Amino acid sequence: MRALRIDRKLTRFAAARVASAFGAGRGAVLGPLRLVDVTAPSLPSADWFPVTPIRSGICGSDLASVDGRSSLYFEDIVSFPFILGHEIVGEMVADGIGADGEPLLAGQRVVVQPVLGCAARGLELCPACRAGDVGRCGCLTHGHLSPGLQTGFCRDTGGGWSEGPLVAHASQLFAVPDDLSDDDAVTVEPMACAIHAALRAQAGADDTVAIIGAGTLGLGVLAALRFLADTGRSPSPRRLMIGARYSVQRQMASAFGADDVVEPRHLDRAVRSATSSLIVGRPNGRSGVLSGGSDITIDCVGSAESIAEALRITRPGGRVVLVGMPAKASLDLAALWHREIELVGAYAYGTETVAGESESTFHLALEMAGTIGTGRLVSASYTLDRYEEALAHAGSAGSRGAIKIVFDVRPKRAVSQRED
Amino acid sequence: MWKGEGFGLVKLPPGSRVVYAPEPFEALEDPEGAIRHALEHPTGDSDPLSARLTPGMRLTICFDDISLPLPPMEAPDIRQMIIEAVLDAAAAAGVDDVVLIAALALHRRMTEPELRHALGHRVYDAFAPHGLLLQHDAEDPSNLIHLGMTKHGEDVEINKRAAESDLLIYVNINLVAMDGGHKSVATGLASYKSLRHHHNPETMTHSKSFMDAPASELHTANWRMGRLIRDAGVKIFQIETTLNTDTFPGNFQFLQKREWEWTWKDRATFMAASKALDAAPPKMARQVLHSIKAPHAMRSVYAGEVETVHELITADVWAQQGVAVEGQTDIVTMGLPYISPYNVNSILNPILVACLGLGYFFNLYRGKPVVREGGVAILFHPTRPEFHPGHHPSYIDFFEQVLTQTTDPVVMHQQFEEAFATDPWYIHLYKTGHAYHGVHPFYMWYWCSHAMKHLGRVIIVGGDPATVRRMGFHPASTLDDALEMAKDVVGPDPTLTHLHTPPLLLADVT
Repeated sequence: MRALRIDRKLTRFAAARVASAFGAGRGAVLGPLRLVDVTAPSLPSADWFPVTPIRSGICGSDLASVDGRSSLYFEDIVSFPFILGHEIVGEMVADGIGADGEPLLAGQRVVVQPVLGCAARGLELCPACRAGDVGRCGCLTHGHLSPGLQTGFCRDTGGGWSEGPLVAHASQLFAVPDDLSDDDAVTVEPMACAIHAALRAQAGADDTVAIIGAGTLGLGVLAALRFLADTGRSPSPRRLMIGARYSVQRQMASAFGADDVVEPRHLDRAVRSATSSLIVGRPNGRSGVLSGGSDITIDCVGSAESIAEALRITRPGGRVVLVGMPAKASLDLAALWHREIELVGAYAYGTETVAGESESTFHLALEMAGTIGTGRLVSASYTLDRYEEALAHAGSAGSRGAIKIVFDVRPKRAVSQRED
Repeated sequence: MWKGEGFGLVKLPPGSRVVYAPEPFEALEDPEGAIRHALEHPTGDSDPLSARLTPGMRLTICFDDISLPLPPMEAPDIRQMIIEAVLDAAAAAGVDDVVLIAALALHRRMTEPELRHALGHRVYDAFAPHGLLLQHDAEDPSNLIHLGMTKHGEDVEINKRAAESDLLIYVNINLVAMDGGHKSVATGLASYKSLRHHHNPETMTHSKSFMDAPASELHTANWRMGRLIRDAGVKIFQIETTLNTDTFPGNFQFLQKREWEWTWKDRATFMAASKALDAAPPKMARQVLHSIKAPHAMRSVYAGEVETVHELITADVWAQQGVAVEGQTDIVTMGLPYISPYNVNSILNPILVACLGLGYFFNLYRGKPVVREGGVAILFHPTRPEFHPGHHPSYIDFFEQVLTQTTDPVVMHQQFEEAFATDPWYIHLYKTGHAYHGVHPFYMWYWCSHAMKHLGRVIIVGGDPATVRRMGFHPASTLDDALEMAKDVVGPDPTLTHLHTPPLLLADVT
């Protein structure tokens, strides 16, 4: 079967970094990613099942891998070579069991919760996994699997960017309701991240929440905040503001319930207006710190600039939630110290406690995908043959009127059947 | 044709009509003598100034701010000449409690160089170091006084020092017919609480035009307030002045000539200047143009009782600037220059572009607008989304937060105005920096109300498309494109009139 695999070749990583200077995703041309024929991964143990991917999304962390720009932090928690793709909707190859202990039938659609925690690794559950916080599992290099924080970054599991099966542990499998489209389903993983981030924000009813970034994650967090409020699971923030650069992002942000959709470069001024703050120092606003600011800022970009902006526009004593995957960053943290801002990371998912009830983030995301129709975020799909185009498209999605780019990896037979 | 920080030649369709400003009247031979004469021979129910000055009295001299005249005039400024004469009279009378106040209303505070230019170094150095040269602060409750409400329920709240003085002298430069009169004190020294009663879409829509007092609701409201101020016991000695239309100095004089009268030197200068300005970055071109000081000369000066003075002065303004225009036109074209009352030494941002074209130039008429109802206005300006962050901070947010939601003056008045007017940051910058008040962009947009209601379409030639569209107008790259677009509105064979201003003109449309 064919799959897009990343090999550990330092020269190719270096070439990818150079190529990506011309745009995110351009590392696909010269970098470590290759479309290769591989054999399907074997099942690590009896509670693992083969899943044939149908669609698999392209995420910012995937682009970082393709472009050789991932943080070195991840070096020890991935294992080469690995097949990318952790946003996955697929079909069970054979009967199996899902995360809820319910049976899954061959041919049934599932989404894969990709974190490879203790259960998947055949380990006794660590405290985090025992609490259901699989995203916080610290045993990502142990057990009967090679290191890998997620499916799509581990050499033993395969990944979503593959025309043949990957393997998933029962704890990773969630049945997709029949009324959910493939596009809705392929967004479940990023929406689970978004829900987790929204809950990490702990927004109250009086809070002004500012979101930096209006890609899939930013829009997802926005949608999640509204979804959680609309379903009575958390308070509805007083005001939801988002900086969105491109028209398609602005339209989607409005559709998802933002109170204020502004140009990213004007987010600070919009927050200032909304919170009746002053800009301390220079009136030009770009580098001034707000006297007050948003109660919560959710950074869905993860760059040094976006974190610095978040610190400038968040009120003293407020909270910054870091959702976008950061890398090495150089920034001035004086505001964090002086304003006693809480900086919170938000990675992945697990089990959430909402309104006193424990719920799996993936179950919440499945519900949200169906309620909101998050498949709207999917703008284009590509076959694996066109991976260079697909990654270039994903790397410049906003400017090309797109949000989420996915690979359509249905088996040829299924494609032709559907096209018929 | 002006197009912001530059100008060029534009070929109008055959049969087009061009309205030029009248030739400048001769300057007064002895302006200082004319001022002294006016002070001692006031009009209306007023004693000569010398008779109204007594030892121990509180005297406040208020003066028009940076918004007048346009472009700023060559030194000595009229304000300097008049204030020096008034101060001479005050000194002779033994008056030593004198305060000068720049009547800013909600405009930005003037800088020291701007004040020095308006008042002269002698006046500035005599008053400013002692804290006796003030700039009206419409957000300082401790220095505002509420004098009452008009029968129409309008709050009249003005500068306390001015109102409580034994004599308030107001020094005007009447650049156009709507300047001066009761508007000087009732607007120039007022608070937002007072100004909001007439600076709103309703009043602006019913001011047809601002230059035609009997047809101007803005004028009427100011007169109600002014009479209340008078009846509340505020003693005002009004000084009003007119200028001729001598607008551009030396090498730029061709800009105020009819093109067919250009000499070879004018043509060469035009070519060189237009090419150089086109090639220069906007910032540099702005610096060059804002350095221009107009050779305006005083044409007349009157002093005394507000209404009588203003009536005489307004007649003089019309005499200098009035042009008889027969019949309306389907399309009016206007080249917008780099300057308006609200961007002296600053940037003509998109909201000010709209205001200059639709609020000011459109309203330079008496009787009826130059363009017919349902007609088209074609403006020339690059309309870049550029703002001066220090002068126009709320404009930036108005452009991003209000114009993205609505361009309807009534809707924005209802939904957005108060938040901007009471925003603590804008108030802070207005009080301590050089920023226009937070509500100011709304007022500029309201100035366009009448034009926007009257016109079938507004097209901006050369304007940044996204910016122009955000304001609800139509961008065009050339006049030919604009004329094609206009035909959808006014039909295939429209009449066209071009307003060749500046210099300023007032169209008397019959």
